[in-house]
Amino acid sequence: MIESEKIAIRARGLTRRFGDLVAVDQLDLDVPRSMIYGFLGPNGSGKSTTIRMLCGLLTPSEGSVNVMGLEVPRQAELLKPDIGYMTQKFSLYEDMTVRENLEFVGGIYSLRRAERKQRIKELFALYDLEEVANQFAGTMSGGQRQRLALAAATLHKPKLLLLDEPTSAVDPKSRRDFWGKLFELAEQGTTILVSTHYMDEAERCHRLAILDHGKKVADGSPQELQDNIHMSVVEVAAEDPYRTQQVLATLQGIFSITQLGMRLRVLISESIQDPEAQISKTLKNAEITAPVRLVKPNLEDVFVAVTQKPPQRATQ
Amino acid sequence: MKVLPRLFAVILKEFTQLRRDKLTFGMIVGIPLLELILFGYAINTDVRNLTAAYTDQANTHLSRQFIADLSSTQVLNFEHRVAAAADLDELLRDGTISVAVFLPPDFDRRVADGNRSPAQLLVDGSDPTILGIARQLGNMPISFDVQGARAPQVGAFEIRTYYNPERRSAVNIVPGLIGVILTMTLTLFTAVAIARERERGNLELLINTPVSTTELMVGKVIPYIAIGLIQVSLIILLGKLVFDVPLRGSLEDLYLVSLTFIAANLALGLFISTAVKTQFQAMQLSIFVMLPSILLSGFMFPFDGMPAIARYIGEVLPITHFIRLIRGIMLREAGIADMGHELIILLAFTAAMMTAAILRFRKRLD
Repeated sequence: MIESEKIAIRARGLTRRFGDLVAVDQLDLDVPRSMIYGFLGPNGSGKSTTIRMLCGLLTPSEGSVNVMGLEVPRQAELLKPDIGYMTQKFSLYEDMTVRENLEFVGGIYSLRRAERKQRIKELFALYDLEEVANQFAGTMSGGQRQRLALAAATLHKPKLLLLDEPTSAVDPKSRRDFWGKLFELAEQGTTILVSTHYMDEAERCHRLAILDHGKKVADGSPQELQDNIHMSVVEVAAEDPYRTQQVLATLQGIFSITQLGMRLRVLISESIQDPEAQISKTLKNAEITAPVRLVKPNLEDVFVAVTQKPPQRATQ
Repeated sequence: MKVLPRLFAVILKEFTQLRRDKLTFGMIVGIPLLELILFGYAINTDVRNLTAAYTDQANTHLSRQFIADLSSTQVLNFEHRVAAAADLDELLRDGTISVAVFLPPDFDRRVADGNRSPAQLLVDGSDPTILGIARQLGNMPISFDVQGARAPQVGAFEIRTYYNPERRSAVNIVPGLIGVILTMTLTLFTAVAIARERERGNLELLINTPVSTTELMVGKVIPYIAIGLIQVSLIILLGKLVFDVPLRGSLEDLYLVSLTFIAANLALGLFISTAVKTQFQAMQLSIFVMLPSILLSGFMFPFDGMPAIARYIGEVLPITHFIRLIRGIMLREAGIADMGHELIILLAFTAAMMTAAILRFRKRLD
């Protein structure tokens, strides 16, 4: 309980099965308060299922969950006033206006009339909804809907905000603005758990967990994850990327090769000494001249390193 | 007091959506209007003016008198007179007429004898309603003041029709129709109510808020209670204005009984809603309620005349009890006190369905 001062969410051995499918497998999780904590993972990695178990919507098959000092799902109802939830799919009423939707949510959280009016006014200004106040939610753009959904999820000033892929239907500009709002909320003390499959968003989280096939394959701050990748990252500027790739694939210790335009980003085992020289030598032997450069690993490299099955050799 | 604002928010939300939903709104007024006109005018069991033909081979004063009497009942409308019985067959077969009367040459003597039917009635038996009417005509006594005739024969029974002396079918149908219309519309409205929120994804948001199951269920029912009462008023008013259906009992009793029945249907709908995943399934299940409600409730066919199994099913349906109550109140001037047990059954049904719906609904997705 003393720990719950600092920890917003703690899960141990969290597991959820749907028939034979194990959607979430023995997940341990510690989400500190007032932080933006990210779930990074491909579709079907168990992000949504985990979020749903954390707020009591799904009953875990195994394991324990403690959120803000409450046992979930047993005490889930006590938790409801303190959490805000933004679903992956827009879940407000499309046949009601922006104002009506917010009025409804205010009523559901038992906000007094004056308080509700005041809060909706604040949210209109904060999320730039004033001019669409009387527009039906169903007729709004992706970015507007997302702002409305966030306004609705934060209307009652929850201590914990659960966001399930909130930016999947939104343009890059709206995504940037959205993250700006999330940092403001975290600044004010809100704990935010956000799932995403965008690297740039994951990079902005204070901490994140990478999920793959229901398992947590890595967690930590983006910096820690990049520091602990146990791989060297080498960039090769190739004139003939296809042939270069074929040549490099034969090299010992190569973990993955990703093509980025005319460049190849090569992940190579840490155990290989001086990877730059190794690669240069291999290319020279194949009569390929290409500048080779050791670079800092980024989050995408980490993601590839932890989610891909080791050595995918032999491209031939 | 956090319950009231939440409940109020749900009710307000339902009203807002209802106002926007043109089709549902049309159903609220359209179905009562349509049904009332259909049942009031078209489905008329009180048959008059059946097209008929006759052959009078006697052609005596008595036989002509008999045809005139038949005409004056207005049940038969003699449009053709033909010479031979074969012609009558022809007219019946091609559907020109549905009833034919044949008077044999010895008509007078048969009347005088009194032990043989003097005339023959040929009936198109393919329509059960016409068959029933014809059977009534067959019992028509022939009582003429004719020389040589025996003492005037009388029918076996003197029939007096209580409560609906003119035997107008609208009087029988309109009270029961209130039950049918309320069942058709209200059960469906609440049956799709939760399924719709589930389909549109609203439910996932709702169940993550502090709103309780009871608040959600009651909040969804209340707007439709108002709608049900509007429908009842509309049918009573139109029934009165268009078909002159009487309201002999008290208006308070009528509304009290209707209110209970409305609640019963809404609770049933909610229960269906918790058992299905999609709006389409909700509609399918609603039909399972609708059909027996129309056929086994005593609305279409006399309840006591049905086989035991049909009566058992009928007893389970709220509409059966409502029809007994509403006919009593509107036509027989009965009060609730006379039929208290029927009202109690309705209340018990409502309570059971509402409880079942609340217990079945989980604020979970699994």
